[in-house]
Amino acid sequence: MSYLPFAIAGWLFFVGLYGVVTSRNYIHLTVCLTVMQSSTYVVLLAIGYRNGATAPIFAGISRSTKTVDPVVQALTLTDIVVSVVVVALLLSLTMDMFTRAKTVDPDEVRELSG
Amino acid sequence: MTTLVPLTVAVPLVAAAAIAAFGRLSPAWIDNLAATAVAATVTVLATILLVASAHQDTIHWFSGWTPRHSVAIGIAFTVDPIGAGLAALAGALMTAAFIFSWGYFEEVAHLYYTMMLIFLGALAGFALTGDLFNLFVFFELMSVSAYALTGYRISQPGVLQGAINFAVTNTIGAYMVALGIALVYGRTGALNMAQAGEALAGKRVDGLVIAALVLLTVGFLIKAGAVPFHFWLSDAYAVAPAPVGVLLTGIMSDLGLHAIARVYWDVFSGATVGHAGAVRGLLVGVGLLTALVGGVMSLLQSDLKRLLAFVTISHGGIFLVGIGLLEARGLAGASLYVVADGALKGAFFLAVAVAVIRLGSSDELRLHGRGKHRRYLGLGVLFAVCGLGLAALPPFGPFLSKSLIEEAARSAGYGFAVPLVTLATVLTGAAVLRATGRIFLGLGPRREPLLSAQPDEPEKGEPEAEKSRRTRIVLLLPAVALLVIGLGVSLAPGIAALAVREAARFQDRAGYANEVLRGQLPPLAPLVPHAYAAADWAWGAVSVAGSLGLAALLLLRGRLCLFSRRSRFGLLRRPAGVLTAWHTGAIGDYAAWICAGAAAFSVVWGVLLR
Repeated sequence: MSYLPFAIAGWLFFVGLYGVVTSRNYIHLTVCLTVMQSSTYVVLLAIGYRNGATAPIFAGISRSTKTVDPVVQALTLTDIVVSVVVVALLLSLTMDMFTRAKTVDPDEVRELSG
Repeated sequence: MTTLVPLTVAVPLVAAAAIAAFGRLSPAWIDNLAATAVAATVTVLATILLVASAHQDTIHWFSGWTPRHSVAIGIAFTVDPIGAGLAALAGALMTAAFIFSWGYFEEVAHLYYTMMLIFLGALAGFALTGDLFNLFVFFELMSVSAYALTGYRISQPGVLQGAINFAVTNTIGAYMVALGIALVYGRTGALNMAQAGEALAGKRVDGLVIAALVLLTVGFLIKAGAVPFHFWLSDAYAVAPAPVGVLLTGIMSDLGLHAIARVYWDVFSGATVGHAGAVRGLLVGVGLLTALVGGVMSLLQSDLKRLLAFVTISHGGIFLVGIGLLEARGLAGASLYVVADGALKGAFFLAVAVAVIRLGSSDELRLHGRGKHRRYLGLGVLFAVCGLGLAALPPFGPFLSKSLIEEAARSAGYGFAVPLVTLATVLTGAAVLRATGRIFLGLGPRREPLLSAQPDEPEKGEPEAEKSRRTRIVLLLPAVALLVIGLGVSLAPGIAALAVREAARFQDRAGYANEVLRGQLPPLAPLVPHAYAAADWAWGAVSVAGSLGLAALLLLRGRLCLFSRRSRFGLLRRPAGVLTAWHTGAIGDYAAWICAGAAAFSVVWGVLLR
């Protein structure tokens, strides 16, 4: 097992988090979240990966053929679907924010504090 | 019986789809009636499951994919009384919210009911599932519907800011949960919690297991609003529409804590068994910090909804203490507390919404003395009873729960936690009682510079004169019903003994795995009747007297003397100012706090769990 995918996942997670922390634009912030999300795909796929294995399509292959783990691929798909919903919702909230506050900068909307 | 299990989740989801498809054609009252009926059905189903699971878990394997040779192949819902109880609470709160919506919204789109029912289905699924990935999917489903519902009545940028802060922080939490689950799967090859727990049990705890435990714990703590992950909660709950707020404050945060208990006991407890002290110390420490920070912050709010948000945070901390003590009585206390307190907080949220409609504001200072008229007597009594309930008035629901947690703390060698937990209930009770005194008795000054005011909501609903008497009753009825549930839960005979036995069963990982994977039932422990210790009554009295006393002090000595520069009690002014200043409302700061908190968890457990 190689550590490289896990290092990449860690990098994606933290670079995305850094973007969220420093973002001055809600659209940019949403994209940073999707970068963080990518780390979960990389981890999931890396966990299911096997050297020299084929895609997990079981029609027409012998029982001894090695395949990668289909479970994590299903999980990744679910993960993608879920995150699309979050991104769509955040972007629509951003659009509403722009129509009402005429800005998409988190630092300019400080109605709640204390 | 097991066929009822999927229905608890499927009924609200199917109804949501039906209302989305046909709601446009039917009049709004039909949508509401249908939605109310569905929520009531879920409550009944979950209550049946609660009773049926009292001796053994009710396990449903979807499509009949039962375990073969002790290996889980399919996906299971494993219903224990605690999970079923939470699902029943969610159903009851949702029913109350729908009845309240009837008198609250003048007009409401049918998609509101769709989203609420999806939310309910996700809450129930989250409480009942026995599968890790299922847990993640329901986590996301309830989160997404909650974000959308929080921003539902968009009237000003503050609402959007609250909804976006909620969405971003909880999404980060969800990714942490997903990563943690992926790591567990990578190590054990299992998504079924019992199976994963079997694979980890007795093995050495290495970096990967610790990383998975930290990611899952922190991810769920974000949802639960534990310090320092709590910042989003006060923003979101303060802006949510009243019927939605009932669900958020009454059940959603507490489900995050339930998930921690579930994942810890079912998956990790076999591996960390030699290091229970480290797990206990960190969880109890974070719980106490949360309870006190939330308590102090709730005293510093003038907006009632935000005040309640900090009460939610503070009491969440107490529940975390109960769970973190890793003791059957602690978990039993926390579980009963979630039900009692959830119903109380829901009732208070509805009472605040009624105050907004009838008195015109949710700001304590602006409402000064406005509730003095005899007409508002009922509302005032409702406020006061909620305040006393939050202060754990003996012998009602919160008192029993708090006593169980304190007994667990004493026997686990955490006796110092007892006065701190009591201090938290004193602070939160005092915050609500102070508001009650100011609004309904006209006590105290009209201005308090240190209270953080929030942008006030525009007036909702029709002016009071036009509200018919019937509508007023519809608005108050759900709050009263919730209050009765919250206070009365401790009066059910033998409830404490049952809760302790079921909590012990919940914490028995091997027994759970045998039951799920092999169908073998562990022997049932005998019921040990619960008797209050003298110390329980003493601390209960301290809590109530302290709340009343502190509220009176704050109202009668003028200008929030504890925090004022001139008063000799003014010691707290500085720390209070610092604490308030941390709640900036900026999402970047919140994400940085999440990062710092997660790093602290990694360091503490990374060092202590090996």
